[in-house]
Amino acid sequence: MNHVLAAAGHGGTNIDSIAVETIFWILAVASVGAALAMILVRRAVHCALMLAVVMLSLATMYAMQGAPFLAFVQIIVYTGAVLMLFLFVLMLIGISSSDSVVETIKGQRAATALAAVGLLVLLVLGIGHAAIGGAPAANSDYGVNNLSGLATLIFTTYVFPFEVTGALLITAALGAMVLAHRERTSPKPTQRDLVARRLASGQLAPDPSPGVYALHDAADRPALLPDGSTSELSVSETLSPRDPNEEPRPVRPGEAVPVTADSDEREAIAGRADS
Amino acid sequence: MSPVHYVALSVILFVIGGVGVLVRRNAIVVFMCIELMLNACNLAFVAFARMHQNLDGQVIAFFVMVVAAAEVVVGLAILMAIFRARRSASVDDANLLKY
Repeated sequence: MNHVLAAAGHGGTNIDSIAVETIFWILAVASVGAALAMILVRRAVHCALMLAVVMLSLATMYAMQGAPFLAFVQIIVYTGAVLMLFLFVLMLIGISSSDSVVETIKGQRAATALAAVGLLVLLVLGIGHAAIGGAPAANSDYGVNNLSGLATLIFTTYVFPFEVTGALLITAALGAMVLAHRERTSPKPTQRDLVARRLASGQLAPDPSPGVYALHDAADRPALLPDGSTSELSVSETLSPRDPNEEPRPVRPGEAVPVTADSDEREAIAGRADS
Repeated sequence: MSPVHYVALSVILFVIGGVGVLVRRNAIVVFMCIELMLNACNLAFVAFARMHQNLDGQVIAFFVMVVAAAEVVVGLAILMAIFRARRSASVDDANLLKY
């Protein structure tokens, strides 16, 4: 990035401008492609990854435009914090959540395409009418003193919006805590309650570990009981569908767990115990 | 590079984000598309700041980033609350306020 900053900062020589132009076109194609992929892929996690590509491309462009502070804020705040927050929530509400492609409102896609073309035409016309001249390359006053210049502006001209932003951030944090808080509907179980529940369940000891006495010490291998039968309790419910042809499916609590134990393995164990 | 290239790129990204908000139905993806639109605006701000050779545009872009962070925090918390109540993150399922 130093090279990019240097190229944007001086911008005088021909080679530097060619380098900046090349980087711009690479990043532009990458970001538009990633943005298109973002609205086309079905899985939400893939959308988040595509958004990360767009954000990193934009961060590099900020650096090229003589805004190194914004470039790093973009990487730290957006790609680091905001995107991680998105991924956290994605993991919480289900990683495999994917959109259905069925159109629920009739003609929604066509109307969307129409609206998008309209918006694009409006914006392009507006920009075409605006006088956007060529800019001189970011000079030293503007590019190198970026940080102190920004600080001066934020703490003089924009000090009131800055304070309001602080209030907004505090309000947002409080709001998130209020919204994410869940009221406890039943009293918290004490240790005595937990013991009573365990005694009432009829099983005092923890579940047997998988792989005990079996031929393979793997997590999906059920433990063998002394009589040679397998113990269904020993295998985690999420590991039960081990058939490679079978689609992974969510296991609901209380559902019967199909335990996959090879019968020949059981016989082998039994034979070894006999001899 | 002329700033008009950057502004054109930001227009394209903004429109793509708007299309995403309109067509996607997973609320998290809708949020991501809103973030894409905010980022596109930031790019335009930075390009204009460079064109006019002053830093005000960069300050505004900085404020946009802060507001976007706050918006994401509250929005995702609302999303979690809705998901907890309705077991779905689809914007079609949150229709209790519909007439």
